[in-house]
This record gives sequence, C-alpha cells and structure tokens, in this order.
Amino acid sequence: MFSAEHKAYLRKIRLNKFLIRFTQIIIIVLIVILWQLAANFGWINTFISSSPKAIVNTIISLYNDGSLFHHIWVTFYEVIVSFVVGTLIGIVIATLLWRFKFLAKVLDPYLTVLNSLPKVSLGPIIIIIAGAGTGSIILMALFISVIITIMDVHQAFINTDLNKIKLLQSFKANQRQIFIKLILPSNFQNIISVLKVNLSLTFIGVIMGEFLVSKAGVGYLIMYGSQVFNLNLVVTGIILLAIMASVMYYLILFLEKRLSKK
Amino acid sequence: MEILKVRNLRKIYHTKQGETLAVDNFSFNLKEGEFIAIVGPSGCGKSTILSILCGLEKASGGEITIEPNLKFGYMLQGDNLFEWETIFKNCLLGLELNGEVTKEDKEYVKHLLKTYGLGEFMNAHPSNLSGGMRQRVSLIRTLATKPDLLFLDEPFSALDYQSRLAVSDDVYKIIKKEKKSAIMVTHDISEAISMADKVIVLSQRPSTIKNIYDIKLSNKSTPINNRKAKEFAKYYDLIWKDIDYHV
Repeated sequence: MFSAEHKAYLRKIRLNKFLIRFTQIIIIVLIVILWQLAANFGWINTFISSSPKAIVNTIISLYNDGSLFHHIWVTFYEVIVSFVVGTLIGIVIATLLWRFKFLAKVLDPYLTVLNSLPKVSLGPIIIIIAGAGTGSIILMALFISVIITIMDVHQAFINTDLNKIKLLQSFKANQRQIFIKLILPSNFQNIISVLKVNLSLTFIGVIMGEFLVSKAGVGYLIMYGSQVFNLNLVVTGIILLAIMASVMYYLILFLEKRLSKK
Repeated sequence: MEILKVRNLRKIYHTKQGETLAVDNFSFNLKEGEFIAIVGPSGCGKSTILSILCGLEKASGGEITIEPNLKFGYMLQGDNLFEWETIFKNCLLGLELNGEVTKEDKEYVKHLLKTYGLGEFMNAHPSNLSGGMRQRVSLIRTLATKPDLLFLDEPFSALDYQSRLAVSDDVYKIIKKEKKSAIMVTHDISEAISMADKVIVLSQRPSTIKNIYDIKLSNKSTPINNRKAKEFAKYYDLIWKDIDYHV
C-alpha cells in the first residue's frame, strides 16, 4: 500500500522509539547492578547506602508481616483525599474569584502572602487544631496545594479569549452560561496541568504531614527508619513513593487522553 | 422602511489618565434589506459603534431607535470558533444560549451548512477547516438565530487577500439570499464599495461622519464583479481623499 520510502520512514520512527525505551531500561538496570556490586565488594557502606537486595528483602518482610499494603494504602488514601478535595476547593474558589472580580482584587494580597508562606510552619497549629492523626496530614496537604490551585486556575480563567466572551455576550449569554460554555471547556488543558502540579504538591504535603504526625504510611516508614537508623527501610520508603507517584501521574495522563478524545 | 435610526450618537471612553471622545455626532438610518458599510482609519471607533448598536456597550449620548422585535446577529473580527466542539455544535451555539434547540432549528442549521458547502464537515472540528470555511461557519452560526440585521465587524481581516475576495463574495451572496440587512465595519475601501449600498466615511478620532455615499454602480451584481464597474475607481478616489491617510 505504501511506497518503499514511506515504509522505511515508518521503520525509522519505530526504531527510534524502541532505542529510546531500550536505553531507558538499560540505565535503570545498570544502576541496580552497579549498586549491588558495589555493596557486594564493599565499595560502599551498605549501612548508610543500603543495597537493592536489602531493599527487596525489606519489602518482602514488610509484606510478610502484613504491613506493606497497609502503609501504602494509608498514604494513598491521604493523597487521594487531599488531591480530590484540594482540586475541587481550588477550582470552586477560582470560579468565585472569576465571577466576582471585586472579591478577587480584595483577596489578592492575602493569597500572595499565603502562597509564599512556607506551609510547614503551620504544622504545629494544624496539629493542635486537627489532632495528631490523618486529619492533620490531609489538612497539611490541602494548605500546600489549594492556594496555588486557586491562583493558577483563576489566572487561566481570566486569560480566556475576550473576543469569545464578546461573542457569547452578543448572543445575550449570562455569566453562568459563559462559564459552562466557554471558560471551563477552553481551559481544559490548563486544568490538566494544574492537576499534574497539584499531585506532586499533595505528595509533598502528605509526606510532610506524615513526618510530623503519623502512626502509619510510607512517610512514617521513612521517619521511623531514620530514627532507628535502619537505612534499608528509608530507601525502601523512597522507592515505594516513587512508584506510587508515577502510577498516579500516569493515571492523570490516561484521564487526559480519555477526556480529550471524545 | 427604516428599521434603525441613530441620532447624534456619542461615546466617551474613561481611563485613569483621562477621557477620550471616541465617537461624536454620529447619525444615520438603515432601511430594510440595505447593506451599509462604515469605513474609517484604524482605531477611529468603528467597532465601538457596532458594540453600542448591539447593546454590548452603553452610549454616552444620542438616540437609537430600533424597530421593535428586530433581532440582531453579530459577526466579530476573527471567527472565534470553539475548537473543542464540532462545526454543527458551533453553529448551534447561539440557539443553545437562547433556550431549547428545537428540531426545526437543527434542520435549519443543517440546511444552511449544506447550502453553503459545509455539509460534509458538519461533524469535523474547526481545526480541519480552511480560514475561508471557518469564516462561513461563523456566519452560519450568526444566521442560525435568524437575525433580521447583521453587524459585521471587520469580518474578513484575518484572511489572506485571495480568500478575502472569495469569502466576501460568498458572505455577500448568503446575506442577500437570506434577505438580511447588514452593517459592516471595515478599513478596506474597495471591500466597502464592492459590497455596500451605502458607505459612511468616518474621520479620525473622535469619529464624526465625513461623508455618506450612495453607491450606484452600473451592472451591480456580486462584490467581485462590482469591482469591475466603471464607477468603482471614482468612489475609491473620493473615499480615499475623505479618509486622508497619513503615512
């Protein structure tokens, strides 16, 4: 069906794609092998830097005593709740600010100050208000993600093409119609990018919260590991986090593809 | 019959630095089925006049008398199509905003799309269409609400010269076929002469009327043919002198 030249072109694209994937895998495999070799031959102090084998063993023993999925679930639950609640609150407030320009102007300096304030400093207050438990952790994550969500989404909303707004107004559309017909759909891409940023912020918030107060969760594992100087546990926790964060990131990508296809 | 009368329209823009008189002492009448073009130098407040007539902006003074129940359609600069909707849905926009879309409405829009060569693109997205086709969609979107009077604000300025001629020919035919009245704002003198029955020439800001020409061409037909009329150059010359461009 295709000319030979076109076939060669397609083959080149496929080959290139394969080479990229291949190199990516080679890098991680090499790192793991090198790390293990370094540990085996005593080039590094495994007490401080751990080793792939020790990490696998730690995961297996966590699995055997039944706590592996418990810790993962606790962190996952906290991330999901803060992520969903944070995104919804952020978009709702951004919508209100878009709708009521007076409110947006009034709140502007407060948002700016809150945004630049290091949210960890609120930790002690949050613990006193919400108690030493999951509530505090979720609140922490919310503080970190909500402000920036509000600012980013609001910025995107007010940058919507003025000519398109004028078009809707010429059809006598009201503010609600303008929002539903134009502002929301035209900012779909922007909202997806905000979701991506939000996800990593929520992870930061949750782990920070777990460092401050927690009885379970991956952050707790890392904190506990460092307190008893079990570096295997610390590195295991970090690797679990990396896996969880990427799984959630790809979930968002999947969602983006599904929604933008229709 | 006159469907729109404007008397001594005046518009002042306010900024912190001061106030600018954009339009002053602007009067004209529009008869049913008439095509009026308003020309003037860029930034002289031509678009402002349309925005005021359409009710998007308030006039600072003057009187506008509109025949009751007259429906407007506004075609803006650029096509402003929604990339995330199909061509058909884009055309239904105005109807959806004004309430339920009936089956007759949908049939009417389909009929318009088919009549003006966009039938097979009904379910395509705007990014698959050429600039001229997008402009036609934009006009159909305006026509879908069945307006009696169309406001065209530099409708072809985003197009290259060739498509501009072709699309203005198309749009003109559509407007005449659907028997609409129209007011078009443009800075293109030849476009104005070739399309309009009457050309209003505005001065630099504050915009006042310099002259009104009744365009009388021999063998008046479509815009592209009108450009060949022997009176065309005469009008062009007169309007050019009125506008008094400085480079």
